[in-house]
Amino acid sequence: MKKTKLFAVIGTLFLLLLCVTLISSDHLDGTNIEGTTSDIADFYAFEGEDPDSTVFIATIQGNLNPGGVTDNANFDEDVLIEFNIDNTGDLVEDLVIQAIKRGDSIHFFGPVVPNQTGLESQIITTTTHNVVQISTSTDTFITNENGMSFFAGPRRDSFYFDMNRFMDIKLGNAAPSGFYTPEESTDFFNELNTLAIVIEVPNILLGDAPTHILESQGYINGLPQAYNVWVSSKRKQ
Amino acid sequence: MKNILIHTKKFSLLLLLLFNFLLFVQCKDDDDNGNVIYQVNCGDGIQNGDEQGIDCGGEFCSPCEDSGINFDGTFIQEDIAGRPAVNMIFGFSDLAQNEYNISTVSNRSNFQEEFRTVLEAYHDIYAISLEVPVDDLDFETNVLNWDANIFSTVMSQYDALQVAPNGPTTYYDENENLVFTGRSLSDDVMDTTFRLIFGGANGDRFDGNNSTPQLTTDGVGPGNRDFSLPFPYLEPALTIE
Repeated sequence: MKKTKLFAVIGTLFLLLLCVTLISSDHLDGTNIEGTTSDIADFYAFEGEDPDSTVFIATIQGNLNPGGVTDNANFDEDVLIEFNIDNTGDLVEDLVIQAIKRGDSIHFFGPVVPNQTGLESQIITTTTHNVVQISTSTDTFITNENGMSFFAGPRRDSFYFDMNRFMDIKLGNAAPSGFYTPEESTDFFNELNTLAIVIEVPNILLGDAPTHILESQGYINGLPQAYNVWVSSKRKQ
Repeated sequence: MKNILIHTKKFSLLLLLLFNFLLFVQCKDDDDNGNVIYQVNCGDGIQNGDEQGIDCGGEFCSPCEDSGINFDGTFIQEDIAGRPAVNMIFGFSDLAQNEYNISTVSNRSNFQEEFRTVLEAYHDIYAISLEVPVDDLDFETNVLNWDANIFSTVMSQYDALQVAPNGPTTYYDENENLVFTGRSLSDDVMDTTFRLIFGGANGDRFDGNNSTPQLTTDGVGPGNRDFSLPFPYLEPALTIE
C-alpha cells in the first residue's frame, strides 16, 4: 500500500516536471534537443522578390529575449544546418545547401548533390562556396554572390501563436472552451528573437520541380509543380 | 705580376658590381606587351598568380584547405523541420518527439498510426468535457476532403514544405483555392492547421459558436510585425530600448 502511494507521488512529480519542461520549451520539441544549438524553431520557403528565385529561412535557437540573451546567442561550429531539396518527388534530398559557422562567418556550400542522403552528412567543399559575416542586432551583413543571397544572424521571430493556451489544450486543461478570443489571447513570440539563416536561390539552380506530391498521391487536384523541401540540423561526431 | 693581380681584382670587383646591378634591374610592367608576368611566391601573404587562396593552390603552391578552415567530419541529424508545428501537435510524448527529430522524411510510415491516435485523442478531450461519449465525437473529414487516415498520412509521411517555383506562395489561401505551395512569413499556419484538424467539412465545426469549443483559431494574428521587407525579409532583432 505504501509502495503504491510512493509510486503515485513519484508519478505525479514526474508529470509535473514534464509539464514544466514542455511549457518552457520553444516550439515544444523533444527534450533531447530542446534549447540546444541544434534546435530548429521554424522553416519557411517562399517565392522571392525576384519571382524566379526561392527563399529558404531556418530559424534556430528560438525564444531569445531581446538584449543580453540575444547578443550572447550564437551559431555552433559543430552544427551543420542543411537545406534539403527533393526535385524528383520521392522525398529524398537531391540537392542540399549546407551552412556552418567558422569564426565570425557562416559558410555556405551548394546547391549540390549530396554524397549521401539521410541522417549522416559530410560537408561538400568542392562546390560553390559562399561566406557571409554573421550579423548582430544592430549591424546587418548580406552577401550577394553567384546569383544567390545569404544572411545569418539574430532577427525578430516571425512566428505568431498563443503557445501557452495551446499547451493547456494539449494537456486537457482548456476544455471545453478551447482557444481564447482575440482580446484574451497572447502571442507568445511577439517580443522574442531567434537566430536565422536566410538564403535566396535562383530556381534554375534547383532543377525542374516535380508534380506536387499531394497531387501525385491523389489527395488534391489542380496544384502547381512543387519541390519538397525541409531543413535539418546535424552535429559533428 | 702585382699589376696583373690588381687588374684582376679590379676586374672581379667590376664583375661583382655589374652582377649586383643586374640583380636590381626590373622589367617595367609596360614592356611585356600586355602579358602580365607573375612572380609566383607562395609566401608573400597575398593571393596572386594562379593561387586559389592566399599562398595556396595553383600550379606552384601547396593545395588550399579552404583557406585553412577545416570542414571535415561526419554530421549526424539531431532535428528536422518541414511543415510547421507537426511534431509540436502530433508528437504527444517526449519519446515520440525525439524519435521524429531523428527520422528521415521518406521513412515515416511508422508515425502514421500514432498521428491518427493523437488526432482522436484531441477530440476525446472535448468529448469528455462536453459529456459526450468519446466514440461519438471523432475527427470529421475536413475542408480538403481528407478523412483521418489521409490527414494523418499527409502530416506524417509527407512532412516537407511543398514550394512551387512558378507561382504564388501560400500555406492555404481559400480565396485563391490554393494550398501548400510553400510557407510565407505572413501565412497563419497555426489557424490553417487547427482548422484542418477541428473544422470539419466546412471549416467551422468547432469555431466557438453554438456552444462549441473554439479550436479553429488561436485568436492571435501577426500583430505589428512587418512582412514587407526586402532581403533578408525578417525584421531586425528586437532590442531593449
